[in-house]
Amino acid sequence: MRKLALKDEILLQVEKPARYIGGEVNAVMKDKDRVDVRFAMCFPDVYEIGMSHLGIQIIYDMVNQFEDVWCERVYSPWVDLDQIMRRENIPLFALESQDPIRDFDFLGITIQYEMCYTNILQVLDLSGIPLLSAERGEKDPIVIGGGPCTYNPEPFCDFFDLIYVGEAETRYRDLLDLYKEYKKNGWNRRDFLKKAAKLPGIYVPSLYQVVYNEDKTVKERIALEEGIPLTIEKELVKDLSHTYYPLKPVVPFLQVTQDRVVLEIQRGCIRGCRFCQAGQLYRPVRERNPEVLKHYALEMLQNTGHEEISLSSLSSSDYSALPELLSFLIESCAEKRINISLPSLRIDAFSLDVMNKVQDVKKSSLTFAPEAGSQRMRNIINKGLTEEVIFEGARLAFEGGWTRVKLYFMLGLPMETTEDIQEIAHLCNKIAALYYETVPKEKRTGRVQIVASTSFFIPKPFTPFQWARQCTKEEFLEKAYLTRTSIAGELNQKSIKYNWHEADASVLEGVMARGDRRLNQVILTAYKKGCIYDAWSEYYQNDKWLSAFEECGIDPDFYTVRKREDDELFPWDFLDCGVSKKFLLKEWHKAQREEITPNCQSQCSGCGAMRYGCGVCVEGPERRGGEVS
Amino acid sequence: MKVRIRFSKYGVLRFIGHLDVMRYFQKAIRRSGIAIAYSEGFSPHQIMSFAAPLSVGHTSEGEYLDIQVTSFPGEEALKDMLEAVMVEGISILDVQLLPSGEKNAMASVAAASYLIAFRQGTSLPSDWQERLLAFYNQASIPVVKKAKKSEREINLKEGIYGLEIRKGAFADREEVLPDGVYMLLNARSGENIKPAFVLESFFKTLDYELPPFALLVHRLETYKERGEDEPGADAASRPYDTRKLVPLIWGK
Repeated sequence: MRKLALKDEILLQVEKPARYIGGEVNAVMKDKDRVDVRFAMCFPDVYEIGMSHLGIQIIYDMVNQFEDVWCERVYSPWVDLDQIMRRENIPLFALESQDPIRDFDFLGITIQYEMCYTNILQVLDLSGIPLLSAERGEKDPIVIGGGPCTYNPEPFCDFFDLIYVGEAETRYRDLLDLYKEYKKNGWNRRDFLKKAAKLPGIYVPSLYQVVYNEDKTVKERIALEEGIPLTIEKELVKDLSHTYYPLKPVVPFLQVTQDRVVLEIQRGCIRGCRFCQAGQLYRPVRERNPEVLKHYALEMLQNTGHEEISLSSLSSSDYSALPELLSFLIESCAEKRINISLPSLRIDAFSLDVMNKVQDVKKSSLTFAPEAGSQRMRNIINKGLTEEVIFEGARLAFEGGWTRVKLYFMLGLPMETTEDIQEIAHLCNKIAALYYETVPKEKRTGRVQIVASTSFFIPKPFTPFQWARQCTKEEFLEKAYLTRTSIAGELNQKSIKYNWHEADASVLEGVMARGDRRLNQVILTAYKKGCIYDAWSEYYQNDKWLSAFEECGIDPDFYTVRKREDDELFPWDFLDCGVSKKFLLKEWHKAQREEITPNCQSQCSGCGAMRYGCGVCVEGPERRGGEVS
Repeated sequence: MKVRIRFSKYGVLRFIGHLDVMRYFQKAIRRSGIAIAYSEGFSPHQIMSFAAPLSVGHTSEGEYLDIQVTSFPGEEALKDMLEAVMVEGISILDVQLLPSGEKNAMASVAAASYLIAFRQGTSLPSDWQERLLAFYNQASIPVVKKAKKSEREINLKEGIYGLEIRKGAFADREEVLPDGVYMLLNARSGENIKPAFVLESFFKTLDYELPPFALLVHRLETYKERGEDEPGADAASRPYDTRKLVPLIWGK
């Protein structure tokens, strides 16, 4: 029987002990004496969040297919256990073997959002691994980071020995082989890192130095070793239908956020919304073959026993075989009594028909993401959604019996005016009015419910808005207040509910998103002051962050509200995500002129991703006989 | 057709709560291929009933659930199908096709038996064994039972159907004291008595407070009241004959 790292007394006094025991269905057990490399894969947040992440399941499955490696999982202990572990000096352990992380060969950490940076330090600290790469010794695990935030790894680069840039499926085998070679022929940490720095997609922060201008912007980067690249290109899977996919994902005992089979139908997005980082990072869009997906779906449902399946992608409506795939799923899931959870689809006759089949219309709501209230603003952000399209979708939906509509907007977009914000309220009002026009009195079951939510816009690296100024906290709150009062002034205001986000965390997220190496010290200071779980509003301590900035002599406004010139060298410019800076700058200028750019399916705009020779770039618009945009 | 399943819960799975055990079985039954029946309506759910919830931290060899199936492959075959998809920590022990008209597992529960151990290092009052028996042998044991919102006085004696000291029951286990306690307690919905409550009530009379996490509770069996036409057991294998208690799987 497996022995647990934590004593009964501890497990019985923490919330949800099932977070720490492992042993779930499809968890992979291996004999540790029969593997060469032990890999701990970490999502630095609580179990229920980490277990819901597809990327970790992909890596877990892939690495465990390698016979010589055992990949185990580790998540952030929740705050209750965190305190006990510190008090009693209990080292952080992996779920499968329950062995201490510090005895592993690798600790891989996926970095999915900026607000998890202090949790990275929590994981390292509880593991007993020195927080700074520079302080680690020969026996410490190699700490490697990956995930979307590594497209600007500089704010946390001191905590990592290696950063893997891009999609994990392609380069891990090479890295593991290199590690084994060094283990066999005499281990030397520094030599290994130097050699790893020459592998495609691998960035070794300690081997580079950054020189700053007097105004604190980046002047240049210097490679401290011969033969290591000054630019690091992202890794990318060219053929998504022939690669790793977790057909036996781990099935948690606990109810986790994503408690269902997740089918990733495509990677990337053709749309090119100018605020969206994922839309640039994962170019070009690559589809999975529908036959492969059908097989995956059945296999995964069988292997997990999940009662629900969901499609995953950035924009599922753009998947060319969507009707075929959905009709297959609807048919095969009905007999198995499997629910289909639909991703946000563009609302049109097709998607309403599908929703009608798989959801209870009375209970479900429709989601539109216009992102901005005015057409002018939607052109600036290149969101190709017009009021006519929204109204047509809403009208069809109201006729079909839906009465609940969710609308997502962003506040603080570049060049936003008071009128643009007021248009948010007008749009909500018009949709509510449309309901009363469309549905005759005798057929109404009550009031239409419009829920409008706004988030604050945060400029991200590798987007056309990476040059944009971010709003201050006060500006954000003013905009939210204006939205609220505008909605309150509308005729149908009683049918409209308005939610907005907190502003403090958005400011910090913005600092981290476009930060540089000097932020390592700030994160470290904030962590030492007790900041963890910053992504959880009940644990976010803004005052501690502010004093950390002050102690380090760093002005957060430098990263957010400062105006950036067109020719500024950004801290992340040494990475190559496939999309050229020239293209992004062109898009930034077009945004200023309120000009839109067609999507990849209808016309190539020359972003640079065509060099990969795959996906939409080679399959081209003619595949679907072109698309009217 | 209704089928009753007996299972054990042991090892690390004692940290999985009742709701998660229910979810676990829902998924396990889907993996197993057992033809379970579903309820009607827009979001059909599996027709399934669990006997008595087990507290987090307790182990058991007397857990039960009922499922309704649309085709029945035989008791052994169904047991094998389900056992094949279990994880370490839950084992399928027995399966019985229920006669029609049998009440479901949850409604059937009348009592449960437990074996309780004390964690090593618990310094119990020296003559606790004798005094526990004396406590139990009183004609009436008035105690205050706290529910979520209310407090009420009950006669604990009425909820304890049997109590024995099991001398040396755990002599071979290092992590606990050698002597254990066996209890047969009312487990009916709304009247359930927890074994820890009995011991805490007892030690309170000695002015002794058990340290936290001192008890290791293992459920041995869950009982129902046998029907008029159901056969009784021979006296030796029946726990407390006067109450007509038989295990939830009975008369196979």
